[in-house]
Amino acid sequence: MTSAVLPSPPPQRAPVQRSEGVWHAAWKRLLKDRVGIASLAVVALFIVLIVLTALGLVAKSWQAEVGVPNARPGFMGAAPPEAAAVIETPKGPNVDLSDVDPLAPRYKEWAERAAKLKTEEAPRAQTLPLGGDRLGRDVLVKAMKGTQTSVFVGLMGAVFAAIIGTLLGALAGFFGGKVGDFLEWLYNVFTAIPDILLILAFAAVFGRGVGSVAIILSLVGWTGLYRQVRAEFLKHSVREYVRAAEAIGASSMSRMFKHILPNVSHVIFVRMSLLVVGFIKYEVILSYLGLGVGVDDVSWGTMLAEAQSELILGYWWQLAAATAFMAVFITAFSLMTDALRDALDPKLRGLE
Amino acid sequence: MLLSIQDLRVAFRMGKVDGVMQRFEAVKGVSFDVPENGTVALVGESGSGKSVTAMSVLNLLPDNAERSGKIVYQGKDLLHADLSELQALRGKDIACVFQDPMGSLNPVFTVGQQLCEPLIKHLGMKPREAWARAEALLAEVGIPEPKRRLKAYPHELSGGQQQRVMIAMALSCEPKLLIADEPTTALDVTIQRQILELIAKLKEQHRMSVLFISHDLGLVGEIADHVVVMRNGIVREQGPVARIFNAPQDAYTKALLACRPHLGENPARLMVIDEHMQGQTARTQAKPKDPNAPVLLEVKALAKSFWLHTGLFARREFKAVRGVNFQLRRGHTLGVVGESGSGKTTMGLTLLRLHEPTGGEVMFDGRNLLTLNDRERQHMRRRIQIVFQNPYASLNPRFTVGQTLIEPMEIHKIGASTAERKERARALLEKVGLDATAFGKYPHEFSGGQRQRIAIARCLTLEPEVLILDEAVSALDVSVQAQVLNLLKDLQDELGLSYVFISHDLAVVRFISDEVLVMKDGEVVEQATAEEILAAPKQEYTRRLLGAIPRGYVPAAA
Repeated sequence: MTSAVLPSPPPQRAPVQRSEGVWHAAWKRLLKDRVGIASLAVVALFIVLIVLTALGLVAKSWQAEVGVPNARPGFMGAAPPEAAAVIETPKGPNVDLSDVDPLAPRYKEWAERAAKLKTEEAPRAQTLPLGGDRLGRDVLVKAMKGTQTSVFVGLMGAVFAAIIGTLLGALAGFFGGKVGDFLEWLYNVFTAIPDILLILAFAAVFGRGVGSVAIILSLVGWTGLYRQVRAEFLKHSVREYVRAAEAIGASSMSRMFKHILPNVSHVIFVRMSLLVVGFIKYEVILSYLGLGVGVDDVSWGTMLAEAQSELILGYWWQLAAATAFMAVFITAFSLMTDALRDALDPKLRGLE
Repeated sequence: MLLSIQDLRVAFRMGKVDGVMQRFEAVKGVSFDVPENGTVALVGESGSGKSVTAMSVLNLLPDNAERSGKIVYQGKDLLHADLSELQALRGKDIACVFQDPMGSLNPVFTVGQQLCEPLIKHLGMKPREAWARAEALLAEVGIPEPKRRLKAYPHELSGGQQQRVMIAMALSCEPKLLIADEPTTALDVTIQRQILELIAKLKEQHRMSVLFISHDLGLVGEIADHVVVMRNGIVREQGPVARIFNAPQDAYTKALLACRPHLGENPARLMVIDEHMQGQTARTQAKPKDPNAPVLLEVKALAKSFWLHTGLFARREFKAVRGVNFQLRRGHTLGVVGESGSGKTTMGLTLLRLHEPTGGEVMFDGRNLLTLNDRERQHMRRRIQIVFQNPYASLNPRFTVGQTLIEPMEIHKIGASTAERKERARALLEKVGLDATAFGKYPHEFSGGQRQRIAIARCLTLEPEVLILDEAVSALDVSVQAQVLNLLKDLQDELGLSYVFISHDLAVVRFISDEVLVMKDGEVVEQATAEEILAAPKQEYTRRLLGAIPRGYVPAAA
């Protein structure tokens, strides 16, 4: 994040030692936080998983129907053979339909053609590691693929929301006056409508798909971040270091994004990580309502939507898998965010 | 003996590095006594441990502090007192007044509510009784219309009045000891004088003891009976005030006495602590200035108004600066003096057009700065630069010193390449007395005086002709102030800079200025050379400013 806003340090010619930067110091503080490091590791594992799925190395064939429908998880063993009542063979005499069946003359021809082709029914597994869905797709693979979709939506949505919120917040806080008033009106309009209603309205406009979900969420979720960034810019724009920058002739843009932004970036960063968590949950809600990702995609939300009807029949594993993946990721991400805030906020330092 | 501190040591735990707890020892074996009905002053630069010493009496230190030694108050060791015993003492027997009155008062309660709280809590008064007592207290600390002021919120009072309220609160339970931690540092000189007199008067009336903490030896000389000089957590010297001033024993005390600019004599350079302690003497002769140097900056009828909203549509004009005229010659210094609110800072910012002026002319090198378009203005910015008051706030904390210095050169395309700019930045760092290792460091790694040097170096990167110094040394300790003032004088001699030196401290202004403007309520009330202002002030206001400057210890007989 810093590299985007700070000029990259020029190569040092003389043996001038460069002092520890603010981000480096924050990283060192983070390393001392055990919970933070553990959650960071979990999140990193998820990121690796997402990269692998995105590259198609893992869970590429999540749509393959590899097990019997609603295959049970491996540890539960195969489903006992169903004592299903076999439909009784009718006992009456055979009725010859040949003279009324218009297709009867072609049966023989079809049988000959079918004999030329070989069909092979792939053996379907009776059990899968975490069970299968109603089509026999592997729930574990689906959950991994769903992780990619859901986390991608959460992250992209949060990044877009942070960009919108930061840009508008910076303009409103720095310039104030007419610009600030206009943006406040915009903010008020957005916050006056209930979030879920706004999301549904945007969803109706943008249609389904991973990209549109990310955009919908960011268009709805930027308001809180905007408000906070605006407050920070209001506070910083009258600070002396910004005045000093003005005195040496730095332009408004340079003051806003080169001077102030690095000083408030920790706020944006932490706020953004909180948005990620919220957006993942919103994506689940949207997909559950059928307004989320497309039908040929899988996300934690679509899994939960499917799980609803399965649960009535006693097939609980899809629900459990999606919930467990989501719970672990979101808990780890929230804890990581917490640790990041502690590490980045110098005011909380030295109280150990 | 009311309070006796014996071999006090205070260390702060700074967190573990490789499993070993790091400690910073702020106070290293301090001993002194506070007699009944006496005033003891703790004097030292920032970081000398004087505040930590005072705060450890009531254990108002953060949780990571470790104290050892003895603090005996009326025969009881406070170091081993538990919290409930301390809370019974806090406010009732021992009361505190802090530096920042705005920060010490709760903004959402009225003055009356805050004054009544200790009365009801410690003295068990009825609310009605407490309210009456609060009114009496406000009257005692000299606040006009106390009955009305009881219902005022802190932000409705001026800084001096807020500090008076703090003192009234401290006095409310008739304490035996008043700890005043730099109570006047945030205030104007004239208000400082009033608060000092108030503390002295109340001390007599209530027969209490005062532990007065300050970095200014001159101030302490006026109020204390006994002075304790501290540096780096140890007591350098202590004794009665007359002996400290007339026959200081310790080299550090002598240096502290010498480094403050005096109204009486005006050397070319001020003494600096280290030089003085090494036995060097200051250059005495100032380089004479050319009285016929060309006029660089000419200001005519400069005015700046702010519009205050007084109702939904109503607004009122507040004239922050009106009708300011002056001329500044090349290589000369114009001092601007006044209390806070006199418009001197606004005037400085208006010169640079950091505030848009409402009227008047600023002729710089024959051109009116106020009518320039943006391009020309950008060019002119190079030639007039500003140094701000607070060196902790005026440097971007996320920029290294190198980035801070190179940025202005990049904006104005000074220097052909990055390498050349770096070379210039290093040279400037050396010029302001920092070594080249500072280049890669961040501002928080420097002390206040060093930061102010960096801020000066940043201005110098643009090769300005006029520097506006807005209270540039006011936030610094007396000794560091001397160093920065010397640096400014040296730079003026070397580079022929002109300064507009804005300050509330007449002694400092007198040291550096050739001509002085005295401002009050946005207007210039007196304008004369530095010598004339001191020798024969024409205005009552100027005389009051002069009278308010602490003069150190003056024997009562004289």
